[in-house]
Amino acid sequence: MGRVAGKVALVTGAASGIGAASSILLIKEGAKVVLCDIDIERGEALASKLGSNALFVPLDVSQEAQWIAAIETLLSHFGKLDILVNNAGVVVIANVENTTEEAWRFVHSVGTDGTFFGSKHGIGAMRRSGGGSIINMSSVSAIGGYPYVFAYSASKGAIRAMTKSVAVHCAQKHYGIRCNSIHPSGIATPMILKRRDIAEAAGHNTEDQLPSELKGLGTPEDVANMVLYLASDESKFVNGAEFVIDNAATIIEGKIPG
Amino acid sequence: MARVKGKTALVTGAASGIGRSIAVMLAQEGAEVIVADLNEAVGQEVADEINSSGGKAYFQKLDVTSEAQWAQAFSALTERCGKLDILVNNAGVTERGNTENISFSDWKAVIDVNLHGVFLGTQAAIRMMKSAGGGSIINIASIEGMIGDADLSAYTASKGGVRTFTKSSALLCAREGYKIRINSINPGVIRTALLDAHLANFEDPEPEYQRLASKHPIGFLGAPEDVAYGVLYLASDESVFVTGSELVIDGGYTAQ
Repeated sequence: MGRVAGKVALVTGAASGIGAASSILLIKEGAKVVLCDIDIERGEALASKLGSNALFVPLDVSQEAQWIAAIETLLSHFGKLDILVNNAGVVVIANVENTTEEAWRFVHSVGTDGTFFGSKHGIGAMRRSGGGSIINMSSVSAIGGYPYVFAYSASKGAIRAMTKSVAVHCAQKHYGIRCNSIHPSGIATPMILKRRDIAEAAGHNTEDQLPSELKGLGTPEDVANMVLYLASDESKFVNGAEFVIDNAATIIEGKIPG
Repeated sequence: MARVKGKTALVTGAASGIGRSIAVMLAQEGAEVIVADLNEAVGQEVADEINSSGGKAYFQKLDVTSEAQWAQAFSALTERCGKLDILVNNAGVTERGNTENISFSDWKAVIDVNLHGVFLGTQAAIRMMKSAGGGSIINIASIEGMIGDADLSAYTASKGGVRTFTKSSALLCAREGYKIRINSINPGVIRTALLDAHLANFEDPEPEYQRLASKHPIGFLGAPEDVAYGVLYLASDESVFVTGSELVIDGGYTAQ
């Protein structure tokens, strides 16, 4: 008996990294999963590998109309929505002084807007089936100061606060919907590895700035295990909370690199 | 399923409430469990129950405030099990009293169990685990260590101490390369025998239950199993990248 047997999940950014690992684990533990991504080729390849409990649906999370269509497709295929993993995100390497307006809006369109649209329409679908669990992928950059990913930090901070607002709203309305956030750091995903290469190429002292990444990276599966816990009924008393998965990166003595 | 198969776990305060639920769940998931408690009769029953339902457990009498008794417990478990993979510092007490009226002796009694007990257990476990290749230590703190409660002066102080002590010890073990992860759990109000006893003081317990439940946005109080599932995650290898962190299991109490 799987830990999420009989449940239906929608995972964004599911073609790679944490989204892919979460989709794989949820299916292994008995769920049906709609994998959403803008990378149609990788998303379809992964879904077909995962078999009949997986369905790929193209989704640009920054487009509300696409969310409505994706959830309609999910409901017509699997009948209900129990688990929503708002995982899709993008990062731009820039601090507050050199972040362009375009970069700022791009990061927020995926992270902030995408999580808003997903929550709004996910709640609508979950209410019909009597409840569910929304899991938002935030970051340690919503907690500490990370100067070189300014827009990303702002977006992840918004996701952290939105999570609590949604959690209390759904509780007050007695929807039976829980909403929690996860704050990883130093996970070896395509997004992060690319970020590290760019940061190093730009001459940043990554030893100071990215401590956990040099001490040993976590894996997408490390985050997927927390997604599974929050998706399952094991966490039925967990709501509006945040879970840091960072090998102590956020509690290490502060360093302000020169 | 056997998410902690082959591991050995010591759970303090395991005779009742949250600790009992943790002990039973870890045993169900394949761990050998040392049921540690002050209460011999009830603690032995928990160990018997685990053994008779196909698990593996034994009872260890333990006053967590006594360094000598911790040493005895560790020497016994070394002999019987050879190793310790999981320590759950769960034993705790509470004393109603605000800063103006709590007596120093009541204050010290709470700090002694809730904070000194966690320190003694963690210190003993690190000494053993570091030479055995690692382990996971889980400290049960409380949301009362995150927020204030005017009528729980010593309790909030002790649980706040547990949270930051956890992070300090986690960083030590990480720095020294001990492969020991240390995390805390902050539960909201959990429906245990202790709470039921409190409710029994009321002619009609329902309004009091509703008063407590209403503080949790989710609208109900937690069950011991809700905390045990968090312990299971932290005890298992599913959480290998998690250290110095904390799980809040509070139905949204602190999200407001």
